[in-house]
Amino acid sequence: MIRNSFEKVIDIVIIVLIGIFSLFCVVPMIHIFALSFSGNRAIMSGEVFLWPVEWNFHSYSAVFGDASMMRSLVITVILVATYTAVALAMTIMAAYALSRRNFKGRNIMFGLIIVTMFFNPGIIPNYLLIKELRLLDSPMSLILPLMINAFLLIIMRTSFTGMPNELEDSAWIDGCGHFRFLLRIVLPLQLPILATIGLYSAVDRWNMFQDALFYISDKDFYPLQLKLYQMVINSQVNDATAQEGFNAATPIPQGIQSASIMFATLPILLVYPWLQKYFISGMLTGAVKG
Amino acid sequence: MQTEVRRSGTELPVKRRNAITGFKRQWPLYLLMVLPMTFFITFKYIPMLGVVVAFKDYNIFKGIWASEWVGLDVFREIFAMPQFYKALRNTLMLNVISLLTFPIPIILALMLNELRINWYKRLSQTLLYLPHFISWVIVGGMAIQLLATHTGSVNEFIKSLGGQPIPFLENTIMWILTYTGAGVWHYAGWGTILYLAALTGINKELYEAAEVDGASRLRKIWHIALPGIKPTIVVLFIIQIGRMADISFEQPYALQNGYVMDVAQVISTYVYTVGIQSAQFALAAAVGLFQSVVGLVLLLTAELISRKVNNQGIF
Repeated sequence: MIRNSFEKVIDIVIIVLIGIFSLFCVVPMIHIFALSFSGNRAIMSGEVFLWPVEWNFHSYSAVFGDASMMRSLVITVILVATYTAVALAMTIMAAYALSRRNFKGRNIMFGLIIVTMFFNPGIIPNYLLIKELRLLDSPMSLILPLMINAFLLIIMRTSFTGMPNELEDSAWIDGCGHFRFLLRIVLPLQLPILATIGLYSAVDRWNMFQDALFYISDKDFYPLQLKLYQMVINSQVNDATAQEGFNAATPIPQGIQSASIMFATLPILLVYPWLQKYFISGMLTGAVKG
Repeated sequence: MQTEVRRSGTELPVKRRNAITGFKRQWPLYLLMVLPMTFFITFKYIPMLGVVVAFKDYNIFKGIWASEWVGLDVFREIFAMPQFYKALRNTLMLNVISLLTFPIPIILALMLNELRINWYKRLSQTLLYLPHFISWVIVGGMAIQLLATHTGSVNEFIKSLGGQPIPFLENTIMWILTYTGAGVWHYAGWGTILYLAALTGINKELYEAAEVDGASRLRKIWHIALPGIKPTIVVLFIIQIGRMADISFEQPYALQNGYVMDVAQVISTYVYTVGIQSAQFALAAAVGLFQSVVGLVLLLTAELISRKVNNQGIF
């Protein structure tokens, strides 16, 4: 009986600790959300915690009224959609071919692909390549160099390899070629892994700003994350010095920055619940067998 | 790869197999590989050749190939630069400090594994993974909103309690802690997934046997759960060590600011500043190459150690 109550104590300790850590993960997001809807005075006096004080939409109307912000959003949406389609198509082609057991030369090709995961020549050779291909300041520089992620390719190939061989044999006997087999049988059966890789590619493209920072200097082509970087992070030093000068001066940057952060994160938060379900199972298959 | 599916006993007759494996059946596969292989050659292998820039006096107008060879001159130059050593030191320092947070996902996974309330378990998992999907730009922006000395919410709160504001982002030591904390926030929940999967793979009979022997909960964790996930721990730890010389670009770049450059300038951000911003391509390429080679050596060493310790390689 003593042991039972001791176990109860452990249970409670675990529940509390997990709860604290989970809150630690979401509270910052919720706080920014609250800030983005709060009034200037409330933000400045630090009254806002998890719920907006003095509800208003000023910050959001500023963000939505900013033409360059909306242009960045449109560019990013087009970029994400194009990238996801291209990346998915390329990965499917390679994963299917490499998963066929009698495909001569597949080990050599697979080996060549694996090697690229180990040696990364670095930022400059990649930059010079983009420069020599005349892709600087072109949206193509944000799509072409990332079309196939070797790690995701391995995951998809593993999943394709797991399909029963008899399926291919009988399809072949029925006169079905590789293309029709891939389109009519493999892809419909592999929807979960396609969703995983597709969603992962989309989120990746949405979140990444490094390549845009390197390759895009024309402000008209800034994707959202880069725009946000320039707005929120790059301007912080100026803000800090401005705040030192006139301490109680205009607090609006904080509201606008919070609203911009929510604006760029909301799509991710919306797809996240689906993403998580697919992604975990997909990732585990890949991580365990890859 | 060794995952090749072996067909036991049902081998097709030789004649039919030849027909099936013939070019007639294979040409579509080669066709499918054309674009992917073109991608890998163009965007992965050509840049590997591009590292020769590090051995050349790169001239923008001549291009990579026509520029003059200068041997190891560029490397002599970088090894004489104090900023290079600073970037190297910072890379290693931030990585070593981040390595201290390595047990956090293990502890989280062990605790989640002990949770009996299913809805609570699922909810907390969802919340824990969430930060992984938030970009570093957003994390950097949130850090400023929350932690800035004069405007950040945390410091507003401290001030309202009558305390002194803490310079989370401006003081070097506080910045290192903030950087590490942001790393935990972003990665810990995600890392938990792998350990949880390893934990679910442990044979249930072991627990039942321990139960019969009257083992306590902590004993079961110590003698069954931990040994059960030891291979996973070792592999992930060694991968971390292998990545010592490597540091991602986005995390330090999104978190750094003018006050803390002394500790926040790491190799990747240094290469960007020197190479792309000031167009000293050869210098930056040499720094990048140095980093890649050290990284490769560490990775291969880690693989060797893993084979010794774990009886199994990482790859």
